[in-house]
Amino acid sequence: MAQSSKPIVWGPFAAGGTLTAFLTPALMVLTLLAALGYTPDLLAYERLHAFAGSWLAKLALAGTVFLTLWSAAHRLRITCYDLGVRADTLVATLLYSAALAGTAAAALYLSRI
Amino acid sequence: MSERRVELEVLRYHPETDAAPRFQRYSVDCREEWVVLDALNHVKETLDPTLSYRWSCHMAVCGSCGMMINGEPRLACKSFLRDYQGVIRVEPLAHFPIERDLVTVIDDFMAKLKRVKPYLIPAQARALEQGEYRQTPAELKRYKQFTLCMNCMLCYAACPEYGLIPKFIGPAAISLAHRYNQDSRDGGRAARQEEIAAAEGVWECSFTGACSEVCPEHVDPAAALQQVKIKSTVDWYLAHLMPWLKK
Repeated sequence: MAQSSKPIVWGPFAAGGTLTAFLTPALMVLTLLAALGYTPDLLAYERLHAFAGSWLAKLALAGTVFLTLWSAAHRLRITCYDLGVRADTLVATLLYSAALAGTAAAALYLSRI
Repeated sequence: MSERRVELEVLRYHPETDAAPRFQRYSVDCREEWVVLDALNHVKETLDPTLSYRWSCHMAVCGSCGMMINGEPRLACKSFLRDYQGVIRVEPLAHFPIERDLVTVIDDFMAKLKRVKPYLIPAQARALEQGEYRQTPAELKRYKQFTLCMNCMLCYAACPEYGLIPKFIGPAAISLAHRYNQDSRDGGRAARQEEIAAAEGVWECSFTGACSEVCPEHVDPAAALQQVKIKSTVDWYLAHLMPWLKK
C-alpha cells in the first residue's frame, strides 16, 4: 500500500500542539498579570516591540503563530469528521486556509515593525 | 460467604433463526466475590445451556471473554459483580458482527493482525552456534509494555474511528507492529510500514485515547500509535526532503 502523505499536515499539527501545551499556560498567566496591571518590565510594550524588530525574533514569532493556528485547524478538522461532518476536503480547505491567512497576516504585520 | 441476587440482561442472537437481536433477563443468585463471567457460567449451568459466549482462562490472561458490560468494553473475568448496581447489561463487543449471542466474528481483526507481520523478522541471520540474542535492560524496556497485548479486542470496541472506518487497522494490531519495530533484534520495520504508514493505517487514528482507557493490560495502545505517527512523519520528511539518504 502507498505511504500516506498525511505527515505533511500532521507534522505541523504535532509540533503546534506541543508548542501550545507549553505556551498557553504561560500566556494565560502573563495576560492575567497584565490585566491586573502587573506587567513585568521585561514584557513592557516598548521592549517587546524592540524584540520583534530583529529578524530572528520575527521568524520565531511567525513560526509560533503558524504552528499554533495549524494545530488548531487540524484538530477542528478531525473534530468535524468525528461529529459527522463528512465533507472532509471542504472542511480541510477552509480550516487550513484560515490558518494560512492568519500566518500571512502575522508575517505582514511583523514585516512592518 | 454472602450471596447477592443479580439481574443480568444478556443480548441473544442466532443469525440463522432470529430476525433481530433481543435481550433476555436472567435472575441468578451469585456469590459476593464473583465476576460477570462466573454469573454467565452459572446461568449456562443452571438456567440456559443455549447461551453462547467465549471464555477460557478466567484470569485476564487469554483475552477471550471481552464483552460490553453496561456499555463499556471489559473482560467479563475482571468485572466484579459487586462493582455494579441494578441490572447488568451484557452485550457482544461493539463494532464486530455477531456470530451467536455474545460471540463475535473476529475475522477482520485476525486478517489485520496478519498483515502487520507481528513477529520477529531478524535484522541479521544468526546461526545456532552464535548463541542467543543479547539485549540490555534499556533495549527491553523500549518494547516490553507493548508485548502485554493479548488480542482481547476491547480497544477495537472502544475505538470510535474503527466504528466509523472499518478499514482502519486499529489500536492492537498497530501496537503489536510497533512492539516488533522497537525490538533491537528486528529488521522488519520497512515491511510493516507498508501497512501501518498507509492512509488506513495509523493515520485514521484521531487520538481519542479510548483504547488506552479500556486496555486491561495497560499496553497503552494510544501511546504506541502516537509514537508510530512521529516515526512515520520523520520517515516521510526524510524521503521527500532528503531523497539522497534513501538506502
